[in-house]
Amino acid sequence: MSLMRITSPHTHGPARTSKVMQQVLLATLPGLLVLTHFFGFGTLVNVLWAAVLAIAFEALALTLRKRPLGFYLSDCSALVTAVLLGIALPPYSPWWLIAVGMASAILLAKHLYGGLGYNPFNPAMVGYVVLLISFPVQMTSWAPPRGAGELPGLLEALQACFVPASYDAVTMATPLDLLKQNNSLLVEDLWQANPQFGRWGGVGWEWANIAFLGGGLWLLYQRVFTWHAPVAMLATLTVMAALFYDGGSSASGGSPLFHLLSGATMFGAFFIVTDPVSSAVSVRGRLVYGALIGVLIYLIRVFGNYPDAVAFAVLIMNLAAPFIDQYTQPRTYGHTRHGGGS
Amino acid sequence: MRKIHDFHGGVHPPENKHQSVRTAIANAGVPEELVLPLSQHIGAAAQPVVGVGDKVLKGQLLAAATGFVSVPVHAPTSGTVSAIEDRLIAHPSGHSAPCIVLASDGMDQWQDCVATADYRSVDRVALLDQIRSAGVAGMGGAGFPTAVKLAVKPEKHIQTLILNGTECEPYITADDIIMRERASRIIEGAQILAYLVEPDEIVIGIEDNKPESIAALQAAAQDTPVEIAVFPTKYPSGGEKQLIEILTGKQVPSGGLPADIGVVCQNVGSAIAVRDAIIEGKPLISRVVTVTGDAVAEPQNFEALIGTSMSYLLQKAGYQPEKNQRLIMGGPMMGFTVPDPNVPIVKTTNCILAPAATELPAPPPAQPCIRCGMCAEVCPASLLPQQLFWFAQGKEFEKAEQHNLFDCIECGACSYACPSNIPLVQYYRAAKAEVIQMREDAEKSEHSRLRFEARQARKEREEAEKEAKRAARKKAAQEKARLAAEQGEAGEDPIQAAIERAKAKKAAQVAGSGAEGGSELEKLEKAVVTIRKRLETASAKFEAAKAEGAEHVDALKLGVDKTSAKLAAAEKALHDWQQANPAANSELPSAAEPADAAQAAIQKAMAARAQDAARSPQEKAQDNLQKLESRLTKSEARLQQSRAANEEEKIIIALESTVERLREKVAAAKAELQDKETC
Repeated sequence: MSLMRITSPHTHGPARTSKVMQQVLLATLPGLLVLTHFFGFGTLVNVLWAAVLAIAFEALALTLRKRPLGFYLSDCSALVTAVLLGIALPPYSPWWLIAVGMASAILLAKHLYGGLGYNPFNPAMVGYVVLLISFPVQMTSWAPPRGAGELPGLLEALQACFVPASYDAVTMATPLDLLKQNNSLLVEDLWQANPQFGRWGGVGWEWANIAFLGGGLWLLYQRVFTWHAPVAMLATLTVMAALFYDGGSSASGGSPLFHLLSGATMFGAFFIVTDPVSSAVSVRGRLVYGALIGVLIYLIRVFGNYPDAVAFAVLIMNLAAPFIDQYTQPRTYGHTRHGGGS
Repeated sequence: MRKIHDFHGGVHPPENKHQSVRTAIANAGVPEELVLPLSQHIGAAAQPVVGVGDKVLKGQLLAAATGFVSVPVHAPTSGTVSAIEDRLIAHPSGHSAPCIVLASDGMDQWQDCVATADYRSVDRVALLDQIRSAGVAGMGGAGFPTAVKLAVKPEKHIQTLILNGTECEPYITADDIIMRERASRIIEGAQILAYLVEPDEIVIGIEDNKPESIAALQAAAQDTPVEIAVFPTKYPSGGEKQLIEILTGKQVPSGGLPADIGVVCQNVGSAIAVRDAIIEGKPLISRVVTVTGDAVAEPQNFEALIGTSMSYLLQKAGYQPEKNQRLIMGGPMMGFTVPDPNVPIVKTTNCILAPAATELPAPPPAQPCIRCGMCAEVCPASLLPQQLFWFAQGKEFEKAEQHNLFDCIECGACSYACPSNIPLVQYYRAAKAEVIQMREDAEKSEHSRLRFEARQARKEREEAEKEAKRAARKKAAQEKARLAAEQGEAGEDPIQAAIERAKAKKAAQVAGSGAEGGSELEKLEKAVVTIRKRLETASAKFEAAKAEGAEHVDALKLGVDKTSAKLAAAEKALHDWQQANPAANSELPSAAEPADAAQAAIQKAMAARAQDAARSPQEKAQDNLQKLESRLTKSEARLQQSRAANEEEKIIIALESTVERLREKVAAAKAELQDKETC
């Protein structure tokens, strides 16, 4: 009889990476459903097409890198990237746009750096930014929400995606666009003048944000990530908005509540900022990381050239993450605060 | 109630303790053969004091401790030493090590034990020695010699004595069952330990998953100062550092010892071993071992002799080898697999775990680290395991050390929690081993570098000296040749030169004898002075005696006469010598008046003192400088000599430093002199 020789520990906890990924996928569902409800099937088609591409690109990359397909595909990480990018893209995006985005995300941002765990940048956000810079027109035209225009059906959504030439897109500025372009109206008047605005943020946007918040809280409850980065991000965004609210004048940057419930705020806070691979690692590091993303989001939204800013803010902070790690090492047991044993 | 503190991190693996505590401790009996490794503890291995074929009694010393951090080994039963050889032992590396093999005679006959009923009447040092000679080593797992841990430096005041009854590892119940069944012995042991380290308080720490133990200890501790502290179950709260933080809120400084913060921590099993060693005089020859896992039919605890093979105990518990893939000594979190079921149990063996294949499945292949941070959340040392993994994988050991790799206690919580199944703690163990190896290598190479450089420098110096000598010789030869040529030109006869040289030599000899004569003269003078003094004393006595009309006047008279004769002889000798050496006579005026020699010496000394007093500080400094310079010259000469003789390096180094120091002194003296001159 030969006995197995392995070193301790001999037992293992219940956590699995694929399970973590599946939980993340599950947590996006409420937001996805709300987006579909308010903007039609566009986002859903985005996500499904992106998922197909993700698996294809992942398999391609793994084959080229001579890695076992089943083992790596089963971690579901490519699917998470697909869903995140699919949600971030405007509904009714053409198939090639999504394909370019997914190729950038999976091949460029992920596998070129060594695959899962080795990417310094968030793959979905890299895909998003590549598209935003390359195809600004397609990337900034968002469908009108339910109530502000007629919603296309499922067939039209598929047509928009796969036969884009024959699809006549109807688009409308998003609330963040409107606020950015406004330079004469008080916030209150702007609200009155445009049907895209809802109770606190944009029509549909506010509910989508609340849905993503819900999904995020569930993930927190499931201990998939810790509260530090998302809470820090939302806190600094709120503070920045409060500082520059300006009483709702024509120069106002928008109220804190508007910023919390507009654009990709909650989606970013709970599904992008929490990406562990590309973020800072320690608890204090994640506080700093999240907080700076919140500040950057506000600065870019209000003072920059782009209406939304989660992708840029996250990528910039991805760059800074190793630096933050360097200065936020936790105090090890038996050490004094400033390093070294006492 | 004591305030219970929390520690960072921790995990809650399934406890699986209930299986093995259903029955009382069973006696495992005496196996036919016992294998006793000479090193069952941390520190130097013991040295055998018996030979093959020796008959030994139970409790007899087999191998003696070989240093301060070492413990002896005793015979667990009576029998014959059948071999002293390398045997496979229970060690993570699966290697063989020297063991004493004892064939049992089945009598189990004790040797005489020296019991100490009233330990309080015994000196602490003697008690510590008793614990040490009884072979007690930490029974919680690490096996640190207990007496060493208890030998607290007198300047360190111990506030808290902690007895560790935590047993946080899943499956293991050895401590649990002794706390249930032997609570009073633990309390007694605790009091002996308290007598030794004199703490302000004695606390036994237990996790709240052992209610029976808690009740038993509380009952046994009544009317004693021993406190029972209960805290929530969490792995690894039984780690010494974690337990100390739980009970005192203090952290042991990195690289330090618990005694540094006034804490001594001992396992409850060690407390019993100490108690038995003192009260009953019995050495540590058996312990309680949990045998558990789904591959044994009757999981239970055995009182087993040290050296019993694992397979013997497994059979007793109904081992089903077909179910079993690996045998673990210790628990599932920190235990290690053994290569063979026949390895013996040792003083630190608290558990034999034989899990079924489905119970503790083999680890699946590791997935990439996604830096989720679950490892950092559970790390009891507050490390960043994901970063350490990154550095260990990339062999960036310097960075790993910056991230406090060596504060890792290897509890395995990170590996347990990792969703990607990465064997994190295994990476750290490997990294630590590699860093230690690198340190040793670096130390070695640094040592060789210094040696090489010193050798190189010495060679260069020698070469330079040789070169200088060669040049000097060459110069001298040239000079000689030139002189010879000149003389040849002047037409001087070499014979004439030889005669002159001979003359010079003779002159020198005369001068030498003159110097010798000086000392001879002094001797004679001294003799004259001494005898004259003696004569004076004798005459005085004689006069006194004559005046008193004493009886021994005649004897005294004889003495005086004899002394005067001696004086005359001495004076004559002096006179003769002076006649023979007129030159010396003229040089030394005191010799002309030998009677006044002593007087003259005194005067000379007084004159010297007066002169010294009269001298200015400047002159003194000058004098000092001269002395130092002469010392320096001597030292330098000695150094040259040593180098030429190729003496040992350290001697040369010492000489070099002496020369260096003298040079400094000379420089200082010069500076002083200059100072004096300027002011």
